[in-house]
Amino acid sequence: MAKTDLFQSPDYYQIDELLTDEHKLVRNSVREWVKREVSPIIEEYAQRAEFPKHLIKGLAEIGAFGPYIPQEYGGGGLDQISYGLIMQEIERGDSGIRSTASVQSSLVMYPIYTYGSDEQRKKYLPKLATGEWMGCFGLTEPNFGSNPGGMLTNIKDKGDHVVLNGSKMWISNAPFADIAVVWAKDEEGVIRGLIVERGMKGFSTPETHGKWSLRASATGELVFDNVKVPKENILPNVKGLKGPLGCLNSARYGIAWGAIGAAMDCYDTALRYSKERIQFGKPIGAFQLQQKKLAEMITEITKAQLLAWRLGVLKNENRATPQQISMAKRNNVNMALEITRDARQMLGGMGITGEYPIMRHMMNLESVITYEGTHDIHLLITGMDVTGLNAFGG
Amino acid sequence: MKVLVCISSVPDTTTKINFTPDNKSFVTQGVQFIINPYDEIALTRALELTEKDGGTVTVINVGDATTEPVIRKALAVGATDAVRVNAGPRDAFFVARQIAGYASNQNFDLILCGRESIDYNGAQVPAMIAELLGIPSVSVCKKLEIAGKTAIAEREIEGGKEIVECPLPMVVSASEGMAEPRIPNMRGIMSARTKPLAVVEPVDTPKNIEVIIYDKPKPRSEVKLIAPDKVEELVDLLHTQARVI
Repeated sequence: MAKTDLFQSPDYYQIDELLTDEHKLVRNSVREWVKREVSPIIEEYAQRAEFPKHLIKGLAEIGAFGPYIPQEYGGGGLDQISYGLIMQEIERGDSGIRSTASVQSSLVMYPIYTYGSDEQRKKYLPKLATGEWMGCFGLTEPNFGSNPGGMLTNIKDKGDHVVLNGSKMWISNAPFADIAVVWAKDEEGVIRGLIVERGMKGFSTPETHGKWSLRASATGELVFDNVKVPKENILPNVKGLKGPLGCLNSARYGIAWGAIGAAMDCYDTALRYSKERIQFGKPIGAFQLQQKKLAEMITEITKAQLLAWRLGVLKNENRATPQQISMAKRNNVNMALEITRDARQMLGGMGITGEYPIMRHMMNLESVITYEGTHDIHLLITGMDVTGLNAFGG
Repeated sequence: MKVLVCISSVPDTTTKINFTPDNKSFVTQGVQFIINPYDEIALTRALELTEKDGGTVTVINVGDATTEPVIRKALAVGATDAVRVNAGPRDAFFVARQIAGYASNQNFDLILCGRESIDYNGAQVPAMIAELLGIPSVSVCKKLEIAGKTAIAEREIEGGKEIVECPLPMVVSASEGMAEPRIPNMRGIMSARTKPLAVVEPVDTPKNIEVIIYDKPKPRSEVKLIAPDKVEELVDLLHTQARVI
């Protein structure tokens, strides 16, 4: 049975006053859309491990696909804080749906806009913005996750086209994507970006089954077996690892906001439950141990909101460093995961059921804390930034 | 068709209501304001009617500059342009005077309002506007269709429904069911940036009503739980304390 979404957003430090009227209109519209379209169905899709494909049109309409891409290419022309707020609200619904939006915006539209030719921008971006075409992003390989520079996927120059071989793993949207932005090494070992289209001979996207996380999102592999890719599909304006890393910066920034949404949903659920659930003759919210959990949750959410907002201001001014983005992604996702665990305990047995969103968020965040740079890798990025010393392997 | 939709800016339905220490005004600090939900229904129906048959939808609000986010939302949802009468909405007559004053020379075919605002719930403004303009009004309508220069409206009445026909121009107040409010999409939000929002000064209006005091309902008393096997205790308490038996 469809449930009514009673979510009320916490704003302990009046952070709304830091937002413009347009930011709030964007956020409130997405929040309303999530309440109407996502909350009533998401549990069922997650239980069935199925991506609710019918949401794509609505996601496009609310501006989840390329909100910061200029309007002339079909994007929203919004700023980075609006982008962050959209991600926050969608992830308040479900991290898997937010992942679909993140991939489309930051890992597909962003590289085509930033590294693509004008022909590529005009060909792909408007259709990606409307959701008519969906995209995915191929960087991670079975043996190269935290160390993407070691990738084996490669292209060989054959005159007017290149031949692509290799495979990519853990690719969100892969099973239904119309195009894939794929990173591969050329014959000199330089990483290049290519747009691979569904239907190209030798390109397949087997689905990954049996996930306990992001169950309402479709994940798969990208397999390239002598795929002929025309040279006009190569992104002309970037070479090397900085190409995919630029995309990840944009996506990680969105995740730093998104995680706040998942945390807010768990906090709000636990807070309401703590006032309604009676034990020993009083609401459990009246007990110190439960108050400690709630007080720490709202403290951490407030800190994360301020971190994300400040990062958004820096990003709007093109001043956010990748290291600053790493810090926010790492802190906020971990914060959200801790909150899901405390909230789950507060709900006791009810916390493990699909009646409440907490366990779903918790399982989702286990992916979020791993993808787009693991929790540990982001720590090393901060460590290297403050010491100047490289603690990565190799 | 030229439609005017009257919108109020009201506290979000989940707001905790507080008054100033003298209990004469509502404390707005930290309160999130929204378009009055009934007005949103009216706005949506106006958009549906003009999308079908062509026309424009102007929204009007009586309020100070703090109501502009709510007006922008109405523009983002699809209104053509907006007017803000630059004054606090003191009472129903004041608001109706401002709207009628603006509408009097604009040749609107239809003026749509919500059945009432969800803050002060006076439900007086729509009929007052009609009276001031000398045009018909039908209140609390669940359906509204326009055929040429005639409106067909459906009202819910005790034990059934009433269907009325009325020539335009007229005022209609909307209730649940007339339309399903829309969520602004990104294109709408972007286009709302540049849609015209005119600010006009209020017309002088006599002040007939003075608020003496606002008072909140008494907080609910605590619930006393009695174990299921203590029926005698329950009967005793109902008799000696609640005095209902």
